Amino acid sequence: MNIYVLMKRTFDTEEKIAIVNGKIVEDGAEFIINPYDEYAIEEAIQVRDANGGEVTVITIGDEEAEKQLRTALAMGANKAVLINIEDDLDELDEYTSAKILASYLQDKEADLILAGNVAIDGGSGQVGPRVAEFLGINYVTTITSLEVEGKDVKIVRDVEGDAEMIQTSLPILITAQQGLNEPRYPSLPGIMQAKKKPLEELELDDLDLTEEAVAAKTKTVEVYLPAAKKEGRVLEGDIKNQVSELINLLNKEAKVI
Amino acid sequence: MSKKVLVLGEVREGVLRNVSFEAIAAAKKIANGGEIVAVLLGDAVQNCGAEMIHYGADRVVAVEEPNLKTYTSDGFSQAFLAVYEQEKPEAIVFGHTALGKDLSPKLASKLASGLISDITNIEGEGKDALFVRPIYSGKAFEKVQFNEGLYFFTIRPNNIAPLEKDLNRSGDVSTLSVEITNLRTVITELVRKVAEGVDLSEAKVVIAGGRGVKSAEGFQPLQELANLLGGAVGASRGACDADYCDYSLQIGQTGKIVTPDLYIAVGISGAIQHVAGMSNSKIIVAINKDPEANIFKIADYGIVGDLFEVIPMMIEELKQLKVSV
Repeated sequence: MNIYVLMKRTFDTEEKIAIVNGKIVEDGAEFIINPYDEYAIEEAIQVRDANGGEVTVITIGDEEAEKQLRTALAMGANKAVLINIEDDLDELDEYTSAKILASYLQDKEADLILAGNVAIDGGSGQVGPRVAEFLGINYVTTITSLEVEGKDVKIVRDVEGDAEMIQTSLPILITAQQGLNEPRYPSLPGIMQAKKKPLEELELDDLDLTEEAVAAKTKTVEVYLPAAKKEGRVLEGDIKNQVSELINLLNKEAKVI
Repeated sequence: MSKKVLVLGEVREGVLRNVSFEAIAAAKKIANGGEIVAVLLGDAVQNCGAEMIHYGADRVVAVEEPNLKTYTSDGFSQAFLAVYEQEKPEAIVFGHTALGKDLSPKLASKLASGLISDITNIEGEGKDALFVRPIYSGKAFEKVQFNEGLYFFTIRPNNIAPLEKDLNRSGDVSTLSVEITNLRTVITELVRKVAEGVDLSEAKVVIAGGRGVKSAEGFQPLQELANLLGGAVGASRGACDADYCDYSLQIGQTGKIVTPDLYIAVGISGAIQHVAGMSNSKIIVAINKDPEANIFKIADYGIVGDLFEVIPMMIEELKQLKVSV
């Protein structure tokens, strides 16, 4: 099977967020594989191990993303592709990313494409379904179970907590929800092997794409931190009085009950 | 310039979701006096049309077809595109719900359009509108604008106030006949895991329990409190991992994002992943035995105490309050 995983390198949101000159400060911050993409990588490896074939992990970014691609290779992916846009694009949105990924994938005859259902930084959840649409293939989002048998695919989809049992077929793009699997840690032999696995680097030119063809449809004009919250009040005194005071505050001051 | 705006009314089990009314209010902000056309898709949805008009839509177009009985991206995109072709709008608003999240990117790609997802506010009006959305799990915000073309955005439930319901408003409810074909997915079964009652992502009051709740039974007083306040019960990942409740209740970075008016965190320590899912709630109350718990740092009001003592007292106080009101 021809399996592809769309991966994003993300800022670890456990990091403290600071903004300087209207931009999030990234210097010295920890970067990780988007956690939902880890589920996608793990699932891809499991499907390949059960059905044969190859797993290719793709990302868009700059050379810094090589580290996360090597991690995916160390987990067990066969190949990695970095679409390096550093010299070409200053601004990209979900349209841009999807257009680039779909251009790369259009002649690859992918049977199965996996992605995370959302990235923890941008949080839009758009890129997977957009890529599927550009490729003209079917997709199912936020899945918690995947069974592939021949061309038949059985999926459990999380719909705001309810579970949809779905039957469909390859080729398909799915986006991974928490609960799909437990991603493995790269093993030491895996890490050693990853260094030798192929990591292809491409630029927009290699995909016959111009900057205009992938120009963003939206633009971020400001990034800011939420207003500092007024310091809260921990109530004091006898518990019964605290509860009375709390209910009174919620009713009269905050007016939420 | 005024804009014609299409608003998707989301019907679940015959009832419009609240976010649909909020979407009309959002549409008004950018319509600049233009027409708001509500779109209803399903197999029996036309009767919800009047309510969309009462909440501010000018007109309703419904597509009813047996193949739209359950949501599929293939079915709903065909139906929505048919309405789009008929109406040629300048803007589209969806709720940022499971359905909206799934369908909007497909349509945006089909229409070669931008899409700003999960917005919590709109600043300015018309073409100068800036769309506010949380990023980095709510730790920061960005303001985004459209460079060109269609304005297509999804709104996070509970953030944009709906317009007041006006039973005197009237408008045309028409149907459009669309043949829905080539569905590539078949939903063979829907397993309901979420308890009946108030939907967590749209609830105005959320009572969430953590490991401190100690057992599945420990959630009962929380449910009782939620019932009294017309709210929903949620949970931290810790409580779900410990099997005290279903994962469908999980709030946090990997669970649901909620922004209620009142969030009561009960026996929740305040792990960063949990905070990511609830920190934008308007008022946060923390109840925890541990005075050092992180949750107190973001709470508006806190009680250091045993939840099994505090919650029953709250229930009593509330009952008295209701009697006295």
